[in-house]
Amino acid sequence: MTVISPETASASRTAGIPALLKTAFVNALIALVLFSLMVGIRTEAGSDGQLTYWTRFGDVAALVAAVFGGSIVIELLRQWIGSSGAEKLIPPAVQSSMSLVGRYLAPALLIFTVLVPVIFYQQRYILDLAILVLTYVMLGWGLNVVVGLAGLLDLGYVAFYAVGAYSYALLATNFGWSFWVCLPLAGILAAFWGVLLGFPVLRLRGDYLAIVTLAFGEIIRLVIINWQELTGGPNGVSGIPRPSFFGIPLDNSDNGLAAWLHIEYSTTHRIVFLFYLILALALLTNWVTIRLRRLPIGRAWEALREDEVACRALGINTTTTKLTAFATGAMFGGFAGAFFATRQGFISPESFTFQESALVLAIVVLGGMGSQLGVALAALAMIGGFELFRSLETYRMLVFGIAMVLIMIWRPRGLIGHRAPTVYLTKAQAISSDLVKEGHG
Amino acid sequence: MSGATILSVDRLTMRFGGIVAVQDLSFAAERNKITALIGPNGAGKTTVFNCITGFYKPSGGTIRLTHDDGRAIALERLNDFRIAKQAKVARTFQNIRLFPGMTALENLMVAQHNALMRASGFTLLGLIGAPVYRDAEKRAIDLATDWLKRVNLLDRADDAAGNLAYGDQRRLEIARAMCTEPALLCLDEPAAGLNARESAALSELLLSIRNELGTSILLIEHDMSVVMEISDHIVVMDHGVKIAEGSPRAVRDDPKVIAAYLGTDEDEAVAVMESGS
Repeated sequence: MTVISPETASASRTAGIPALLKTAFVNALIALVLFSLMVGIRTEAGSDGQLTYWTRFGDVAALVAAVFGGSIVIELLRQWIGSSGAEKLIPPAVQSSMSLVGRYLAPALLIFTVLVPVIFYQQRYILDLAILVLTYVMLGWGLNVVVGLAGLLDLGYVAFYAVGAYSYALLATNFGWSFWVCLPLAGILAAFWGVLLGFPVLRLRGDYLAIVTLAFGEIIRLVIINWQELTGGPNGVSGIPRPSFFGIPLDNSDNGLAAWLHIEYSTTHRIVFLFYLILALALLTNWVTIRLRRLPIGRAWEALREDEVACRALGINTTTTKLTAFATGAMFGGFAGAFFATRQGFISPESFTFQESALVLAIVVLGGMGSQLGVALAALAMIGGFELFRSLETYRMLVFGIAMVLIMIWRPRGLIGHRAPTVYLTKAQAISSDLVKEGHG
Repeated sequence: MSGATILSVDRLTMRFGGIVAVQDLSFAAERNKITALIGPNGAGKTTVFNCITGFYKPSGGTIRLTHDDGRAIALERLNDFRIAKQAKVARTFQNIRLFPGMTALENLMVAQHNALMRASGFTLLGLIGAPVYRDAEKRAIDLATDWLKRVNLLDRADDAAGNLAYGDQRRLEIARAMCTEPALLCLDEPAAGLNARESAALSELLLSIRNELGTSILLIEHDMSVVMEISDHIVVMDHGVKIAEGSPRAVRDDPKVIAAYLGTDEDEAVAVMESGS
């Protein structure tokens, strides 16, 4: 997470065209080295099995030229809408209207979210997408406790998602326990694993912490794959019970909810129920996190992110503070996992790869570390945006990646780059992200 | 009150590999007094501080803290955060270590972590918004407000600590240390980088802490105007050993101190001493 400091940005601005061309030239040179082998020479097995190859230097030239031009365009964009100048260039009137938008954005979003099943009742695709987005909003909010507040870089968050999912799946299929009993258990088990992960990594910082958490995520996945007797291995667990409306099943039977309410049965009922279920879980996560931030434990997390040595000098037990952050984040991951299991009805280790961890972490970073609204917006942008580009087929990932890069150039500290104070005497002033530390593990 | 000594350091030794940073250092700090630890750069002052505040584990010797009620605590056996929590020793840092992304008020609230943690029933009572916790938080805010007033930062309470001027950050760090309600306050070069007016204000603040609250202060300082004005007792170190000890006047006239501290050229040394005080 390199932040372009104002000095470098202004330096590159004053340096002008020679520096611009130099950057573009270096980028083009790197592209040339990379593409000359990857694109320039094409090898294939011939009709008799011998190696045939031909060169495509025209394509290489086109790509290198594209990189050269692209570097110049990006550099110019960075100078015009760059991070350092942006806030100063915006006139105060616009800024105040933006803060007004900021104030009403969260309630407006919430009201819209509550109304989504009403508006899109007929569009199953949108409802499914909304559930997916909300799942990632919840995961993002959960990871935000660890990464955004406590500043501990966790690359293995998916492990807790998996623990939650398998806890519910195994308890429900083996013992027939209901979703509402298993949900807290899934959270507790995930929190327990969070503490277990926490202990060995307490002394680690930064890159080392990231690597160990990454390994932890993989270990959990490999254990799930290999412990066939318990988890079914790569075959996963199927036939996971659907959630009931507090004991009343949501099916087409005589004692189902539809029959009970004397309305015609529709499969959409269950989707709508799942939607409100994940919305409630996500809002619970949000509420608890906001509350915790204003409690001594939450302040200690943020203080830990700012300066661990100072925390110790003030008598704060950094060990328990870190462990509670891991446990709290893991617990929410466990809840989300249990929801995932009940929604899918089938889970397998394939759902819990590193890519999921990276996606959730990207949501937290893109949203602006520590910002609840930012994380929600980022989840919408990442998951929704990815769906938006579906029509582009092959180029989907490419366009999506370019969009991410542009957003990070435009807002290097995430969509919401301000920190709101947890307590104030006269007036709560947003704190510029330039001052807020990112934590060091 | 039991005894006049709050902190007694006995034959403290600290080795880093083959380098002896502090050797057989013994001194005592009296209760309700300001004790200064001075010496040239590299004399081992900050190492002594880090041993007292638990950031280093001493290679040898004992550090004993005696509380008002006669309770004695061996600091060399406690590790890091327990020294602040149980022994009630607070410290500031040579290079200011505030929480820059948190407001001045929040910085002082973090300092009251342990008291607030107990009041919030280790988070559970606080989570459900129990009145017990709300009262405790109100008291904590009052204490913080009181300290912001004392260090003259009340109007900056809601500003990010990282946005404060250098001198303000120094004072805020002292206020933060005092919010832990310590028995012994250890200050590592509190006047470094302050101008003459700010140094005078600092001296006043430290004297008021000693006189009004009865907190004992241990101080490392290079600014002789501050040291000579407020110290009750001065310990002089050079190359890891104590070379002199006594009242400001006695230390100031000690030729050994002048030689070690300000170079061997005594004429120049005396001139600098006079211009500094």
